[in-house]
Amino acid sequence: MLKAMLGEAWQAMGANRLRSGLTMLGMVIGVGSVVLMLAIGQGAQYSVAQTISTMGSNLYIVISGSTSAGGLRSGSGGGPTLTIADAEAIAELDGVANVAPVQQGTQQLVHGPNNWSATVVGTTPPYLEARAWTLQSGYPFGDSDVRAATRVALIGQTAADNLFPNEDPLGQTVRIRQNPFVIIGVLARKGQNLDGRDQDDTLIIPLTTAQRKVFGNPFPGSVRMIMVQATSAEAMPAVEASMVALLRQRHRLREGQDNDFFLRNLAAAADSAAETTRVMSLLLGAIASVSLLVGGIGIMNIMLVSVTERTREIGIRMAIGARQRDILAQFLFEALMISVAGCLIGLFVGVGGALLTNALTDMVIVISGTSVLVSFAVAAGVGVFFGYYPARRAAALDPIEALRHQ
Amino acid sequence: MSAAVIRTLGLGKTYQTAAGSFPALQGVDLSIGNGEFVAIMGPSGSGKSTFMNLLGCLDTPSSGDYFLVGRNVAHLGRDELAALRNRCIGFVFQGFNLLPRMSLEDNVALPLVYAGCRRDERRQRARRELARVGLAGYEGARPNQISGGQQQRVAIARALVNAPQLILADEPTGNLDSHTSAEIMGLFTDLNRQGISIVLVTHEADIAACAARQVRFRDGLLVSDEPTSRETPC
Repeated sequence: MLKAMLGEAWQAMGANRLRSGLTMLGMVIGVGSVVLMLAIGQGAQYSVAQTISTMGSNLYIVISGSTSAGGLRSGSGGGPTLTIADAEAIAELDGVANVAPVQQGTQQLVHGPNNWSATVVGTTPPYLEARAWTLQSGYPFGDSDVRAATRVALIGQTAADNLFPNEDPLGQTVRIRQNPFVIIGVLARKGQNLDGRDQDDTLIIPLTTAQRKVFGNPFPGSVRMIMVQATSAEAMPAVEASMVALLRQRHRLREGQDNDFFLRNLAAAADSAAETTRVMSLLLGAIASVSLLVGGIGIMNIMLVSVTERTREIGIRMAIGARQRDILAQFLFEALMISVAGCLIGLFVGVGGALLTNALTDMVIVISGTSVLVSFAVAAGVGVFFGYYPARRAAALDPIEALRHQ
Repeated sequence: MSAAVIRTLGLGKTYQTAAGSFPALQGVDLSIGNGEFVAIMGPSGSGKSTFMNLLGCLDTPSSGDYFLVGRNVAHLGRDELAALRNRCIGFVFQGFNLLPRMSLEDNVALPLVYAGCRRDERRQRARRELARVGLAGYEGARPNQISGGQQQRVAIARALVNAPQLILADEPTGNLDSHTSAEIMGLFTDLNRQGISIVLVTHEADIAACAARQVRFRDGLLVSDEPTSRETPC
């Protein structure tokens, strides 16, 4: 019975190929765009997640700042309020994994005839760990390099490509403000950060060397910012509270007095970036779903036409013993067949479009099994939903009237 | 009366129209025994089509009772009526009413689909009925590839395929030339001899003459019910 009905539905579809094809096209476009949009949306989510993971996890940045002198308030980084001793004190707190004071700025790097402007980061060894940054070759500098203010450097990929286009940077010398630095390590590639800045366009040197030889520091022992990594996401609120309390105490701030430092939670920034892309991919999916809906309405429309055209056939079938549910099932099957066939083609079109997008642009796309399954289920649902009303109309026809229909 | 295939008691049908209620059929008492061949005659508007629709379980009466093979079917629901049409009644229409997209075999087998038969059984029985009406070898043809007389034979095969006790034929020769009509009537006579009851609506006297009994309607009333007078075999 089921097989006979499927066969008949197939025949009915074949009887009007152009019409079935055009109706199907509505579903193809609907499902195709849902699959494509989900792939692009999920791709965006994926690449944001990738970017976030290159940033290092559970990070705080404490920035020295805001001194008020006679009503004049400077912004962040405005005053030398943070010290290396602050960093050492923070490292003693519970739940803190890594602490790295950072002094950074843009400097002109020179190697032989090449010169290149890059971000120079002066810091201590925990910095690499906090940012989950590995070396591609060479080795990192140690605490003794910081103590002795040695002129060693770790170079990022972009800076290396520009300064050493044809040679291995390891062991070479880079000059910053006439000071030679020996490159002892090459950093692994990280890509862009959330702001779109190239994280690989950098040179990392010991903090002390940076302060004495590169940036100069009128306030010995002070530092512009401190990077703090908590042991886990759960530990972050506690770390934040105890860090603020510690710094206020160390800076002798009275009750009611503003903090003389800023705390930036990079995890929160990451969360909001992730949330933005999530909303974007939802929006893409929602817009694509509208075309699926339009496809469904197309099915309903064509099924209604089909029921009217085939009124006499319905009458004949009823006369020879088709029950209402047989007629209902027949037209539902036809609607379902069009939508499922359209959906299958749409899946190919969507996946093909996604692959094409990936090939032609550098957009990341992610085709997940779930999104494919969901759009398939939705399409089948659309077929049943929009096929039901016409099928119901067919089944409710009066056999005598239907037989008389010309 | 248990041998009666059809028995109606005070059967009536009233249509509600904008101009008020219109009695299409009033108080018809008729009994048709097993194996009878009855012609129903009457001018258009006489109520004979309404009566046929009621006999064919395509419609339900406004009043009275209708016993089909001993069972009162006057108050059954749509799906039960559909099952009765499927199992107990074979329909033959004036316009043949074959499904144009299907092969003859599939057309004949269609009632068996709704009866829930398996595919191989449907195929076997459809082929047997096609052979019975003289169309063996035409299984794969489409209705538009054969003549009107052949199409009506296919329709008869379809009416026979589920082995009904009753065949209702509504002007079966109305679209056919006289030679073909005679052939079709010969087929009906054959089937009647094999024990199938046949009720035939016609307004042609020579067609009605094939039946053993003639029932006339006028203005919604059964006005005469008599055996065919002439002894001419048709």
